[in-house]
Amino acid sequence: MISEQFPALIVVTPLILSFFIPVVGWWKRELCLPIVLFALSVCLLCAIGMLGTVIKHGIIHYRLGMWEPPWGIEYVVDHLNAFVLVIVSFISLSAAIYAKKSVEQELPEHKIPAFYTLLLLNTTGLLGITVTGDLFNLYVLLEIASFSAYGLIAIGEEGALVASFRYIVMGTIGACLYLLGVGYLYIVTGSLNIADLSQILPELYHSRVVLVAFAFFMVGIGIKMALFPLHVWLPDAYTHAPSVVSAALGATMTKVGAYVMIRVMFTLFKPYFSIEMIPATTILGWVAVAAIIFGCILAIAQSDLKRMLCYILIAEVGYIVMGIGVANRMSLTGAILHILNDAFMVACLFFVAGAIMYKMGTRDIRNFRYLHRKMPLTMAAFTIAALSVIGIPPTCGFFSKWYLILGAIYGGQWVFAVVLVLSSLLSAVVFFRVIEKVYFEPTVGVHNGESHEMVEVVRDEAPLSMLIPIFIMVAGILLLGVFSGKIISTIIQFAVPTGF
Amino acid sequence: MLEYIISKYNYWMYIVLILIGFYAMMAKNNLMKKLIGMGIFQWAIICYFMSIGSKSGGTVPIISEHGSDVIRAIDFINPLPHVLMLTAIVVGVATTGISLAILISIYGRYGTLEEDEITPPHPNPLPRRGEGTLKGNRK
Repeated sequence: MISEQFPALIVVTPLILSFFIPVVGWWKRELCLPIVLFALSVCLLCAIGMLGTVIKHGIIHYRLGMWEPPWGIEYVVDHLNAFVLVIVSFISLSAAIYAKKSVEQELPEHKIPAFYTLLLLNTTGLLGITVTGDLFNLYVLLEIASFSAYGLIAIGEEGALVASFRYIVMGTIGACLYLLGVGYLYIVTGSLNIADLSQILPELYHSRVVLVAFAFFMVGIGIKMALFPLHVWLPDAYTHAPSVVSAALGATMTKVGAYVMIRVMFTLFKPYFSIEMIPATTILGWVAVAAIIFGCILAIAQSDLKRMLCYILIAEVGYIVMGIGVANRMSLTGAILHILNDAFMVACLFFVAGAIMYKMGTRDIRNFRYLHRKMPLTMAAFTIAALSVIGIPPTCGFFSKWYLILGAIYGGQWVFAVVLVLSSLLSAVVFFRVIEKVYFEPTVGVHNGESHEMVEVVRDEAPLSMLIPIFIMVAGILLLGVFSGKIISTIIQFAVPTGF
Repeated sequence: MLEYIISKYNYWMYIVLILIGFYAMMAKNNLMKKLIGMGIFQWAIICYFMSIGSKSGGTVPIISEHGSDVIRAIDFINPLPHVLMLTAIVVGVATTGISLAILISIYGRYGTLEEDEITPPHPNPLPRRGEGTLKGNRK
């Protein structure tokens, strides 16, 4: 049965097809996009298939080359990573649909095959990180995802090269620290398999080597997921990257980082190690508080829409980490639900920023007046996504925040609950600054006492291939909000790591 | 103290190398020097993995068919860290390659690799005259 091979296919298909793209693109450039769409559709089908299997029959263990787990590489799919796989492949597929028009305008024509190659490689890396059950394999796939991200960012606008180089320096430090952590665990245990390590490690929890390895893991993953003090590469990199790259990477890479953090803290190490033996979760909780407040306040200070969204993204990472930091069942439900919701919200917002860039040629918020008459559908989508980030009930952002706040209250962390509510207020300030500029500028200007004539604005909507992904995301935001109870009861309550 | 350092000298060497690399990446102004620091940082970790696999008196991990029938793990070097490092070396080469490509583009665009001489666009440029004001949009 082919469905047994899904864990391998989800990585192998995009990996192999990505090498065909430059060759095919050399021959016929129009064929690049169909290959990407085909590969990502296969990934999405595999991911959905595996999610179905996991819900019905439980955890999937897949042995590459039929080697037994502690020696060979094992792919393990449980509720948590099947869920993340679906998110990553779905967002990447939408981004690929969106890419066509956006890339044609922003990039020179000869770079387009290279762009699609890197986009597909990036997805390969992210899917691989999620599906693997082996620490070293995770490192290699992390680097595949990061390298393609460096390249994707470097082909952006003016300033992208320097931003990409800074990202390389930071990203390499992160990956190397992660590798050191793997090495330290290997010295004391002689194993690289996550399931095997989680059996061996509890006897060694008092060893200083294990503690240092844990610290290396946290810092390394923190850099990769742009957690607050280690976020410095993110705003520059995602601001100057091509629009579709900001959307795809912003929505998936940080989420996969959050997934790896949950894995390391609660599967590789037992929850009581991360919570009681060393105060890792407490520290993470306070780091998250700093991330949320810092992200929201700096977002208010920006006049570039994409840069503003980058700081919002840093705050969103803070929410997920706060859920991990409070570390009870309710807050982890919130964190995992927020991985899903945030992917949709961030993708939608960056898609809108790209559509505005496509039509207006600027992202400066001060130039956005009357945009609701020029691009009514796009701005409606922006408003819904903004309401979701703020946390207004019918949208999905409300529900994950609700669980996070409930978790903070159950955990007795009142400061965290207050910060979460405060952050909603701050995001309202951030987004209403834009919404006010777009919708509420008077069309009849009164200037120095004399009134001016009505301003003529021609309706000029973004092309359909950009509008469709935007509206898929909007539909996602609303539907995920409505069905969040269903999602929690079928998937997330089993995805919360054992021990809670 | 000296004995303590000498007995674990491989770890001390890798710590020193890592710190040199880290210093170069953080403190140097020239992007090329940052890249060199990054290289030192990565190779330090590779040297560390190499050293944990080796054993004094150990030999290559190949079991000969006609050898003694007792196989003692202590006689053989642990091949696994070395195999892992084959992959990590490839990763390191790829990092260096992509960084060099980007540095060439940076040099081509700005004519310098000194970080303070490269002037990226201002993150929040003020709107140009007439742009974004009511006057500019009036027909």
